[in-house]
Amino acid sequence: MFRSVLEGSAAAPDMMVVVNGVETPAWNGETVASVLLRVPNAGRISPVSGKPRLPYCQMGVCFDCLAVVDGIASTQGCLVPVKPGMRIDIQRGPREIAR
Amino acid sequence: MTYDVLIVGAGPAGMSAAVQLSRDGLAVAVVDEQPAPGGQIWRGVERNMSGPVSRALGADYRKGLALVEAFRASKAEYMPETQVWQIEEGWSVFLTSGGRARRVSARIVLLATGAQERPVPFPGWTLPGVMTVGAAQILLKSGGMLPEGRVWIAGAGPLPLLYATQALDLGGRLAGYLDTAGRPGLAVLQKLPGAWRDLAGLAKGAGWLRALRRKVDIVRDVKDLRAEGEGRLEHIEWSRHGKRQRVEADVLLVHEGVVPRIHETLALGCAHDWRAGQGYFAPRLGRWGEASRSGLFVAGDAGGIGGWSAAMVSGEIAALGIAARLGKGGDVEERRRQARLDDRRARALALRPLLDALYPPLRERLPDETIVCRCEEVTAGTIRAVTRTSVPDPNAVKAATRCGMGPCQGRQCGYTVQALLAEVHGVPVGSVAFFNIRPPLKPITLAEIASLEDMETAG
Amino acid sequence: MDADVIIIGAGVVGAALAYGIARKGHKVLVLDGKDRDLRAARANFGLVWVQGKGSGTPAYTDLTVQSSDLWPTFRQELAEAAGSRVDYSRRGGLAFCLSEADYKARAALIDRTHNQRTEGYTEMLERPALERMLPAVTLGNEVVGASYCKLDGHTNPLQLYAALLGAVSALGGQVRFRSPVTSINPVPDGFQVDTPQGNIRARRVIVAAGLATPGLTDPLGLVVPLYAERGQILVTERLAPMLPLPASGLRQTAEGTVMIGATNEKAFDTGVTMQSAIKLARRAQRIIPALGSVRLVRQWSGLRVLSPDKAPIYAESTRHAGLFAAVCHSGVTLAAAHAAIVGPAMAEGRLPQNLAAFSNGRFNVQKCA
Repeated sequence: MFRSVLEGSAAAPDMMVVVNGVETPAWNGETVASVLLRVPNAGRISPVSGKPRLPYCQMGVCFDCLAVVDGIASTQGCLVPVKPGMRIDIQRGPREIAR
Repeated sequence: MTYDVLIVGAGPAGMSAAVQLSRDGLAVAVVDEQPAPGGQIWRGVERNMSGPVSRALGADYRKGLALVEAFRASKAEYMPETQVWQIEEGWSVFLTSGGRARRVSARIVLLATGAQERPVPFPGWTLPGVMTVGAAQILLKSGGMLPEGRVWIAGAGPLPLLYATQALDLGGRLAGYLDTAGRPGLAVLQKLPGAWRDLAGLAKGAGWLRALRRKVDIVRDVKDLRAEGEGRLEHIEWSRHGKRQRVEADVLLVHEGVVPRIHETLALGCAHDWRAGQGYFAPRLGRWGEASRSGLFVAGDAGGIGGWSAAMVSGEIAALGIAARLGKGGDVEERRRQARLDDRRARALALRPLLDALYPPLRERLPDETIVCRCEEVTAGTIRAVTRTSVPDPNAVKAATRCGMGPCQGRQCGYTVQALLAEVHGVPVGSVAFFNIRPPLKPITLAEIASLEDMETAG
Repeated sequence: MDADVIIIGAGVVGAALAYGIARKGHKVLVLDGKDRDLRAARANFGLVWVQGKGSGTPAYTDLTVQSSDLWPTFRQELAEAAGSRVDYSRRGGLAFCLSEADYKARAALIDRTHNQRTEGYTEMLERPALERMLPAVTLGNEVVGASYCKLDGHTNPLQLYAALLGAVSALGGQVRFRSPVTSINPVPDGFQVDTPQGNIRARRVIVAAGLATPGLTDPLGLVVPLYAERGQILVTERLAPMLPLPASGLRQTAEGTVMIGATNEKAFDTGVTMQSAIKLARRAQRIIPALGSVRLVRQWSGLRVLSPDKAPIYAESTRHAGLFAAVCHSGVTLAAAHAAIVGPAMAEGRLPQNLAAFSNGRFNVQKCA
């Protein structure tokens, strides 16, 4: 849905992150929510209706960017800048807590 | 550790206040959710001082660097990537950062939390592919992101014009621009005399519009917007002069103005006033920006929308008021006059009445199937049905429908619920209250809460 | 006369009484207070609870058991009458014990309650039995066991409340909101109730106004001794199902959220404190450590409405026949009994002998008023 204007230019991506187990390029300054908008089908699944959602507001007020970031669930992705090697996983429906 | 002043938000207002309070010798901490200072308006400004993104964002954006540098150079302690999740009078402020909670104390709290975009519900607004113009602009500032495919903008106000201009400058493509503002009436002309005080601002807006017209189809008088698709946005539909139109779309960016962030002041039980012309609640503030709770100050858009230059001035005014309260700052009345703060603020706000008149809050009847509460997925029809047999009390609606009970705590549905209740009961919108705001201000893990030390002063 | 019965207070107690009265064909009018009144009905935890209730007051234990048995039918009829959903399940309930001493004390309390009545509803479970009952969670090391009562259940108290109000209207009753009552005045053949919106008359008046009840009834000589106790509650984000049955202070709702409660505090406002949040979060984590990773979405509090012996008060004025008071803490558990027994009895003007134990006379107050 989105791409970086830096993408496709000669410059290599600033870093790689892991989205649902897949290595994905990422740029300095972008957030987890921004990555979710570039990778197809990476949005969360509503725990209420089971319908897909993508980040909506980017400023911490809508909670549609919730994701599991480095193992921490229900993290607001728009408030977390990407870091090299960061693991981002989709949150599908209501969370299962570890046994 | 106890700070003299804890400032929440490192945007124009928070940074201005921090710089001045530090100069006056006070121990200041600034907490901000973002990784770098600047607020949403100057988000990423330190990284974006050259290159194509910088050029597209423009000179007003780059102006932010001076204040960011002054803030970085100040003695204020800066806590980035930190969320405030509870504020208790006295003042204890509970923070979380990197998955760890902690509590800090301060003699004064200054809220400089800024604005959020006014939520714009319409059928289909929860579909992937629909987001706000402000969100798209933030993506541009923080990573140079542009939307792809058939991109439509729908809304009103200066921000969509500015963003469209910036996106086109960077080689982005727009499929079309849907203007939802009605035709300006006579009321607008009456605001013009004051607006002349900000000629530059007026000219800027006109320039964006001219540039845009050359490149994009602008559809005016758009009503009854609707987004459709299976699992993601595929089509948008609207009415114009009674006729329905339907186009294919991949991305729809919407915007209907901004409103102050008031969850903090609401949670603390501060008095708020309804501003009918702008369609929002704002905390009632004294001459120095103090809210109805002693020791709690508000500056910038959080106290009422004024834009970045007004926010800087109100940050300086609040800083003087705070310094005086803490027995510093000398003759603050004299300093206020010397720095011509009131005149500077009036100048910064000169364009506001015109903007308010040009872009009044949207008042279309929401179709019953529209989701109002994004978190709990409660529709306008459900809310209407519940309130029909009750009174216009949003808290009764919340209890009966779960509307506003999700993680966003009513940030996306509060004003819509208010408008629906007013509609059903035939009362003025402003006579309907906002939700009671319960802690925490942001969802926090139980482990983080459990890790906090016991508080001796518990009630 | 504007109605057969006026009920002052549209909380969960007043609404359940009204629902029961409307079902009997009486014309009932319920008066609700101001938007920002205390409203314990919106702060409830949602247990339909038997175990441990009424230790020292056998009549209360009996009424609780009776109401709990009425609940399944009550719920079904209510949902039909209101045309709305009322989540409810009755798979028994637990009270966790976090130490051997805790376990012994709990067992002793259960014994005392049972000694009053022969039937044993509640048993003590040791940890292995408890683990079999909760296969989806790992219990904390400190969990020694729990008491288990097969009669216990839980509901969604907000759905219950909405359904009660809806059913009253559907059955021809009337609910008037924002109608705070300023006084009750005896008139020939009944009472006049004054509100800022005007005066209303009925043959009988039931005051079910929670902590505001004494202010209305005491001036007429119907003295209702009450005190407030604050309970704070936490609720989490939605989780996949993990708790198949509720526990005292920990239950998973049908939506998936987990409610954690409740404190017992001497306080007279509905504020919340971080100290209580810390205490509740710690206890929840000691019971199920994995809850530590779960996010708190909301914290709130309500004031419990308690009589000196914590049992309900159902009383008729000795001076002014037809004026009743109905106040209690367990408005949700007792909702079925209020609808089936208490409400209709008051509407007909006499409290049956089996409710005599709930008279305010037990506190020796009415004669000195």
